[in-house]
Amino acid sequence: MAFVLSAEREREMSEILTRYPTRRAACIPLLHLCQDQEGYVSEEAMHFVADKLGLSTAQVKGVVTFYTLFNTEPVGKHTVWVCKTLSCSLRGAKDIIGHCEKRLGVHVGETTRDGKVTLRTAECLASCGTAPMMQVDKKYHENLTTAEVDRILDRLLA
Amino acid sequence: MLKPVKILTKMYDVPEGWTLRAYERAGGYQAAKRALAMTPAAVIDEMKKANVRGRGGAGFPAGVKWGFMKPDPVKPAYLVINADEGEPGTFKDRTLMEKDPHRCIEGCIIGSYAMGAHVCYIYVRDELHLSKERLWNAIKEAKERGFLGAHPFGGNYAIEVYVHTGAGAYICGEETALLESLEGKRGEPRLKPPFPAQRVFFGAPTTVNNLETIAAVPTVIEMGGEAFSKLSALHHLNDGGCRLYGVSGHVKNPGIFEACVGLTLRELIYDLGGGMSRGELLGVIPGGSSCPVLLPDEKVNAPDEKSVLHPWHGQSVLDVPMGVDTMRNLGTMLGTCCAIVFSTETCPVAVMQNLMAFYRHESCGQCTPCREGVGWIDRIVTKLLKGEATMEEVDRIHEVGNGIMGNTICAFGEGSAMPALGLVRKFRRHFEEHATGKPCSAGGRLVA
Repeated sequence: MAFVLSAEREREMSEILTRYPTRRAACIPLLHLCQDQEGYVSEEAMHFVADKLGLSTAQVKGVVTFYTLFNTEPVGKHTVWVCKTLSCSLRGAKDIIGHCEKRLGVHVGETTRDGKVTLRTAECLASCGTAPMMQVDKKYHENLTTAEVDRILDRLLA
Repeated sequence: MLKPVKILTKMYDVPEGWTLRAYERAGGYQAAKRALAMTPAAVIDEMKKANVRGRGGAGFPAGVKWGFMKPDPVKPAYLVINADEGEPGTFKDRTLMEKDPHRCIEGCIIGSYAMGAHVCYIYVRDELHLSKERLWNAIKEAKERGFLGAHPFGGNYAIEVYVHTGAGAYICGEETALLESLEGKRGEPRLKPPFPAQRVFFGAPTTVNNLETIAAVPTVIEMGGEAFSKLSALHHLNDGGCRLYGVSGHVKNPGIFEACVGLTLRELIYDLGGGMSRGELLGVIPGGSSCPVLLPDEKVNAPDEKSVLHPWHGQSVLDVPMGVDTMRNLGTMLGTCCAIVFSTETCPVAVMQNLMAFYRHESCGQCTPCREGVGWIDRIVTKLLKGEATMEEVDRIHEVGNGIMGNTICAFGEGSAMPALGLVRKFRRHFEEHATGKPCSAGGRLVA
């Protein structure tokens, strides 16, 4: 089925296209719009973006697969990213990751059976002074303790 | 001597300091107004006098960079701001965007005007949602107030500022990769030359500045370049002004602090950072993970009077004022001025494994020495931690690391090889313990 953006996102797309001297430059912002709508970037969405920008689907796919944040498969309703880079790891990121795995009953990279939460690890999220930390969808949670992680995950699973 | 200042962080404690109302009440946008009444050449001249060394890590003099931009009668120029903050240990730009976005926008207005750019893009990593929101809001407010758009401050020099986001790739912090990404492509660094100032972005001359560099610009105009430079203890080394310092890891009070250039690592760790939160200081990575580690018992060896480091000859490396040139002469880098501190309870081999896993994940894969070399080092260190690697393999880390250095398109190669080479050289004993089956004196872990 052909990919269609919602009317509101369609308007946003038109506005985005005015920001750049070339259409191609809007590639990443448009892919974000598609992912916001569907949760991932489907093949159909790649065709859609290629068509809008006058690119080949291969060019768009090359971009999608280069960047970590674009999902090429459906993911959970929420994504939990736990930072595992040095500053966070020096302050207990490993325990936080282990705790999330136990609490959610999944390994890193997997989604809970009910499809609610995907658990992933992240490389440095620029929150080193408030380590350990995790990002849940668009929000940062900093200075984590396992008790705080429980409160956050409880809300997601509710 | 510790010289705390409150310039870049002036708005940090002000309630809703990110709003135009608060920023204007604190004197905001007066510098932009003044700059737009000067000639562009005069603005660039103030930047040169200010000795602002690029805050993104390379330390190139920002005023000199601005001076590379030659007016082009055919092509428009662009100003691009690098806010793709992703260097492990670095978390300073984010505080500016969240707490003082108007200072960033004001810097963009002045920079755009000075370099003949009418469009400025701020490239923010996608994960920083609050930063993006605050910047967009600041742009909207500034536009409504007549500071941006077709007639900023009532004049005829049009300026538009846009926020552009990445999608999770550390390499996009490299300036040519960032430009590729902004053009809508894979973020793969380009061969230089041509340099950005020579028509490379949308075929037009472009300057890429770090976000903290551009945030310093309003103060440079307000104080005058020379006065700004003289805030620094290293003014004589053309390393001027104040900047943000960060400290994370095993300290009691991690965070971002503002101080004049020339703060020492001891002041950062023990005064601002509150001292060690566990154990004793084992090592400090001075300015983001690409900078080779320094040890507290290392002494400055600079008997030559001409050496930049001679005034500190014989003293601990922790007591050298941190500047671009002083740190370079210590065999490391100033980088982003955000230090990662680890204690005697930490295994340096585990530190290296953590960093190599990062670099392995983030290598763009264009150049074989980097793509294969970083993975190779990561595999050796992972084996070492399991007690499965030999001394021969420890020595191979040197070989592979040296094979990366100087053999890649961009500085990512050096940025990953240098910390590896530094760690394996300075913590040889720990690596030997792991390779010879002796118990690791730090338990093989990052944190007990």
